[in-house]
Amino acid sequence: MNFLPYILIALIKIAVMIGVLLTAVAYIVWLERKVVGRIQNRWGPTRVGPFGLLQPAADGIKFIIKEDLTPPHVYKPLFIAAPLIAVVFALSSIALIPFGNNFTLFGYDIPMQITGAGGGDINTGLLIILGLTSMGVYGIALAGWSSNNKYSMLGSLRAGAQMISYEIALGLSLIGVLILAGTFSLRGIVESQGGHFPGYIPHWNIFRGQIVAFFIYLTAAYAETNRIPFDLPEAETELVAGYHTEYSAMKFAMFFMAEYANMVTVACLATLLFLGGWNGPLFGPPLVQALLPLLWFFLKVFAFIFLYIWVRGTMPRFRYDQLMAFGWKFLLPLAIANLIITAFFVAYRA
Amino acid sequence: MVHLILFLVFGAVCVAGAINLILQTHPIQSALSLIVVMASLAAEYLLLGAEFVAAVQVIVYAGAIMVLFVFVIMLLNAGTEEVTHGSKIAEFIGLPSLLLLGVLMVWAVTHHSTTSVAAGSLYGDPKTIGRLLFNQYLLPFEVTSILILIAIMGAVVLAGRPEMSNIQADTPRKDA
Repeated sequence: MNFLPYILIALIKIAVMIGVLLTAVAYIVWLERKVVGRIQNRWGPTRVGPFGLLQPAADGIKFIIKEDLTPPHVYKPLFIAAPLIAVVFALSSIALIPFGNNFTLFGYDIPMQITGAGGGDINTGLLIILGLTSMGVYGIALAGWSSNNKYSMLGSLRAGAQMISYEIALGLSLIGVLILAGTFSLRGIVESQGGHFPGYIPHWNIFRGQIVAFFIYLTAAYAETNRIPFDLPEAETELVAGYHTEYSAMKFAMFFMAEYANMVTVACLATLLFLGGWNGPLFGPPLVQALLPLLWFFLKVFAFIFLYIWVRGTMPRFRYDQLMAFGWKFLLPLAIANLIITAFFVAYRA
Repeated sequence: MVHLILFLVFGAVCVAGAINLILQTHPIQSALSLIVVMASLAAEYLLLGAEFVAAVQVIVYAGAIMVLFVFVIMLLNAGTEEVTHGSKIAEFIGLPSLLLLGVLMVWAVTHHSTTSVAAGSLYGDPKTIGRLLFNQYLLPFEVTSILILIAIMGAVVLAGRPEMSNIQADTPRKDA
């Protein structure tokens, strides 16, 4: 087995992916400030560059050159480790997301995905993503505990309880899709959604009876990423800033990056599982045909990101007991019902 | 070859985490060492070819159960434990039994194990495991699920507060 080109390609892919992801994160923040500004009838950032486009760069420089404060009362090793844990797991889960079919360059068949040698996909890709995102809870939990501050502590307790509770509904909403596709491989799930129904409705899972599962996933995903209307861990009216109260400069930026990278991962997963991934109409010369799947994929992911921002601009925050009751008493039974109905449907068809 | 090296590395990490778990005096550091043990065990499963078990190990043990451990430690605000010099029982019975157990395990593995597993040779994809669980091992699987159901019901009974409404009705409100 020729090992060197494989490692080289993997390294290049990782570098490109991290670059693209971090740029995307920076510009999602810009987009959010712009769109929420328009929703609230103001301009958002306008001063740095045209349309405020250089604002993310200015923010980044500010984060880097700010003084890195460590309060005296914190437990130092975990205080430093917590933002690293959060950002590492958020960034590494993107490695399993396939962005398109294989891309042939200089005779090498390159899968549009970091993991998976020689075009093969990991058989349990979805499960590994779920595992990585569930490990991300430690970043938040340890940040709250090591800060030695009651607001941080309450924020991280809320975050932990919320993420564990909604993980169950999230996982159950995915099983319907898995039963339809018959595989855990994300590539396989996308391939199972190719083609059309009679007429022009695409063969996506959302049109194959998984629409309820889609909304369960969407709701649970908002809770998993600590976004409005489920952003109780950092509810500033009650908890100052929640688990990152004591953090400043780059350590705070790491939590910020982790949150937005998680948003991207969740949007990618929703696209792959419910909206047919990179499937879409193909036309034109070969080069355009090779690039169109990527375009469809990014358009769908962008739609999700925009929805996130839109919801943030319009929804109020839940109360904590409402959040828990909604997760356990409404979403979980609904997800189980959806699972049973899907299982009966597939068994009847088989 | 790469598989074997990685297997040994993760095995070393796993053992180091387990030793650190006992040596640390602060509960939260012990819990974090246990997470390291769980995660490196998952890596070992993955290297042996049991992908599904590896993923489940991370999701269930490292991701859910250990979060609850960390939670309990955080909520109880457990402090640093005092280091004592151990009881005499540990010295006189513990150490010899540890040695005996070690010798027994080495002897059992070297003399009585008929199958040896090479790295990456197991075939543990979700489909195989699902078929095994729902055909050959259906009864143990269902019995386990009933056991877990009983545990959930017990937790609900213990955590529920049936007299809450009475307490609220009886206590006069201050602002009334």
